[in-house]
Amino acid sequence: MKEQWRGFKGTHWTSDVNVRDFVQQNYTQYDGDASFLEGPTAATNTLWAKLSELQKQERAKGGVLDMETEVVSGITAYGPGYIDESTKDLEKIVGLQTDKPLKRAFMPYGGIKMAQEACTTNGYTPNPKFEQIFNEYHKTHNQAVFDAYTPEMRLVRKNKILTGLPDTYGRGRIVGDYRRVALYGIDFLIKKKQEDLANCGCGVMVDDVIRQREELAEQIKALKAMKEMALSYGYDIKDPANNAREAVQWLYFGYLAAIKTQNGAAMSIGRISTFLDIYISRDLKEGTLTESEAQELIDHLVMKLRMVKFARIPSYQQLFSGDPVWATLEVAGFGMDGRHMVTKNDYRFLHTLENMGPSPEPNLTVLYTKKLPKNFRDYAAKISIDTSSIQYENDDVMRVEWGDDYSICCCVSATQTGKEMQFFGARANLAKALLYAMNGGIDVKTRMQVGPRLPKITSEYLDYDEVMTNYDLVMDWLAGLYVNTLNLIQYMHDKYYYEAAEMALIDTDVRRTFATGIAGFSHVVDSLSAIKYAKVKPIRDDDGVTRDFEIEGDFPRYGNDDDRADEIAVWLLKTFMTKLKKHHTYRNSEPTTSILTITSNVVYGKATGALPDGRKAGEPLSPGANPSYGAEKNGLLASLNSVAKLPYEYALDGISNTQTISPDALGHSEDERVQNLVNVMDGYFERGAHHLNVNVFGTEKLQDAMEHPEKPEYANFTIRVSGYAVKFIDLTREQQLDVISRTCHKAM
Amino acid sequence: MTLGFIHSFETFGSVDGPGVRFVVFMQGCPLRCLYCHNPDTWKTSAGTSYESSDVVRRALRYRSYWGEDGGVTVSGGEPLLQIDFVTDLFKDLKKEGVHTCIDTSGATFRSHAQYLKKFDTLMEYTDLVLLDLKQIVSEKHKKLTSVPNEHILDCARHLDDIHKEMWIRHVLLPSYTDNEADLRGLRAFIDTLSSVKKVEVLPYHTLGIHKYESLHLDYALKDIEPPSVQSLTFAKEILEFQKP
Repeated sequence: MKEQWRGFKGTHWTSDVNVRDFVQQNYTQYDGDASFLEGPTAATNTLWAKLSELQKQERAKGGVLDMETEVVSGITAYGPGYIDESTKDLEKIVGLQTDKPLKRAFMPYGGIKMAQEACTTNGYTPNPKFEQIFNEYHKTHNQAVFDAYTPEMRLVRKNKILTGLPDTYGRGRIVGDYRRVALYGIDFLIKKKQEDLANCGCGVMVDDVIRQREELAEQIKALKAMKEMALSYGYDIKDPANNAREAVQWLYFGYLAAIKTQNGAAMSIGRISTFLDIYISRDLKEGTLTESEAQELIDHLVMKLRMVKFARIPSYQQLFSGDPVWATLEVAGFGMDGRHMVTKNDYRFLHTLENMGPSPEPNLTVLYTKKLPKNFRDYAAKISIDTSSIQYENDDVMRVEWGDDYSICCCVSATQTGKEMQFFGARANLAKALLYAMNGGIDVKTRMQVGPRLPKITSEYLDYDEVMTNYDLVMDWLAGLYVNTLNLIQYMHDKYYYEAAEMALIDTDVRRTFATGIAGFSHVVDSLSAIKYAKVKPIRDDDGVTRDFEIEGDFPRYGNDDDRADEIAVWLLKTFMTKLKKHHTYRNSEPTTSILTITSNVVYGKATGALPDGRKAGEPLSPGANPSYGAEKNGLLASLNSVAKLPYEYALDGISNTQTISPDALGHSEDERVQNLVNVMDGYFERGAHHLNVNVFGTEKLQDAMEHPEKPEYANFTIRVSGYAVKFIDLTREQQLDVISRTCHKAM
Repeated sequence: MTLGFIHSFETFGSVDGPGVRFVVFMQGCPLRCLYCHNPDTWKTSAGTSYESSDVVRRALRYRSYWGEDGGVTVSGGEPLLQIDFVTDLFKDLKKEGVHTCIDTSGATFRSHAQYLKKFDTLMEYTDLVLLDLKQIVSEKHKKLTSVPNEHILDCARHLDDIHKEMWIRHVLLPSYTDNEADLRGLRAFIDTLSSVKKVEVLPYHTLGIHKYESLHLDYALKDIEPPSVQSLTFAKEILEFQKP
């Protein structure tokens, strides 16, 4: 046993890379309450004050504090950087993406045009030499994708029935097992990858083997670069971490390598809480660390995660508003052996929201089950009520699919840590597809022939069976085109923007999932319900294209626990997923889908015509799997029951649900509010639901924050939107209005 | 079988008794409280009719959210106007082991034997009564609600006699129910009732005003603001307590 592993139990993990085994052998459950927690140290307060000031300047400058224009980002592109040179000794955990805090790196490999545009639209001019380098001498992902796109793919992209595709930015969603750096040190990891390289193929050079060998070589280079980067900060990470501070630091260096090289939409740090608790517990036992110092380590790590920034272009920000990076981090969960995995560290991570105030990042996620200790459920609920900054995901449904060491790789999608990677693939707009089914494949916005040339529907009132027959054909077409478009994108991403740093910290024999997504979900369900249960009269233009609808009579809507509507919802999910699965997916990955839209519901809505459920043209779609605006007539729990009916097995990439509850509606006293929120989550997840974003505030507060963003109390006012959290004042006004118009569950 | 006329359901009631509750709002009320925030439940000749079993089936869909404390609350309107239906409903709910709670003004309570027989049957299946005591001085009560308070106080005394657990609720409405002497008088009355487990002061709010507009009803309290924090704290100090 190495000296750095003193006191640790177990054997399997010592000879092979197996962090899960290490965690299971060594973690200490905690059933107590939050009373052991410590407040911020003086160093934390000093550093956080400096960072808050920088964030203020960043906002005053329109959202970007500083940008790189001369250096192409890479693991070793910069020397050390600190929040402030004068206080660098206070930083217990060090490392910045660039040389200065909140300065955004120049990352051209996803697409040189986007990297340049991100600079110029923010008032910076990148060195003109990059124009030549990345067009003439080196190709980027974006160029490669557009070289290979078919005319049909360009057409669906232009007409926004497929939107948000990762062809202009990093696909992200690959979570390196950053814990490995701490547990094993880099040299051991290099040795293991070298063994894999030596055993890769039998000498016969076929595509798979050649590609694998090249990728392994890239991974080994990345590992070596991590060591070099850490050395520049004065740390040698060739060996395992020797104590808690080193463990946090080593782990963070691994993550830092990822965010220096990739600008993925989601850059999760993963399931690190329980792992780090093992080191902290050992130090506490050895008397080399106090609880206050332990909290300081976690506060300082979280401070770093609150600083992750990427340079983005305006069209990207419309999709993913509020500058998110999805540094998603999980706490709690249950082990396969029946032990809960709550440790003191899970409290410490949630406590950062008290020590340093609410924040959208890291995207703190509680892996929830009713079986977690009551003390912990109460504490999480209290933090939700106070900060609206955390989300909940059902460990009972995910553990069955992903085991007990999965991470959330984006907003809500699970991935086995260190064993899996995901091909992220944005979403298909099924609401637009429904309009194509009525309009013979013509897009009502552009009047272009986009979908299959079906006969247009001409009847005075829409007939359910006729619409369904056409819709089935349109979904067939869309599913095939969608999968193939993504196959092409993922191929090029692997080739031109390979995630060497993350993949170096994942098993060589990696399982791959292929994540698709659905937008416009609730509107399709309600529209089909309207056609089935009410009378829907299309209003057509001279060319026979339907521009609007008149609806006569009432119809059941998704979000009221009414099986007539909810059965359509289940049917829609199953049908589209089944169609996706028919197609070959790149690198034999496993197709999954999500009902999750981020803030892109506003942009998707703009591109979508009027629908038979009464939604007007251009209005936002409802986000994720949420019921439509104003549809919920029977209160919060009826709405939750509707969403809980969607089978997670058909949407393994996640089913996002965001609910806002006014504090008055949750109870009269703080204790009542905590208990009632716990009851809501216990009940919801017991029904097999997947995810819940919990916001606790009234509409009045949102309105006031929109009108008076300058008030100090709104500087960090964080709200949960579909799958992530965001500072409300960082949203566009359009998105703020969208959030305000959603249902807030109030007291009667 | 008696049908119930129901105004609406709320699946997530968290301020209508202990824990998370399924709330049934019954249609019809004999009172015309000036501050009523559910004036749409006043008329007796409205609502949708349901059988008790329908309501039970609906309510049980939310059982997973109730935890150890939650259950079903029947509110309104005035649920005692439909006492036969509520009794059937609570009987059915008790068969399923559900905690039952009735939120009433007590205004339809009568002390004669025939009524008491019905009332006590309902109470056999009722775990908790939320009783509104709006004003201890009868003339002022009449001004506020259109009826005097004698039957209501009788109801409270009777509930105490049969040892039925009660939560007393008092809406604090400036210039109508916030007079110190009245508050102390109310407290003195409550102190004679040993089965009261909790007293809650609820600040008057204006969330229901829009309903008056849509029903073309006059809203008499247009000039009255919700109580100040001080006045609310003062009333809470006088009235509120909680027993295990």
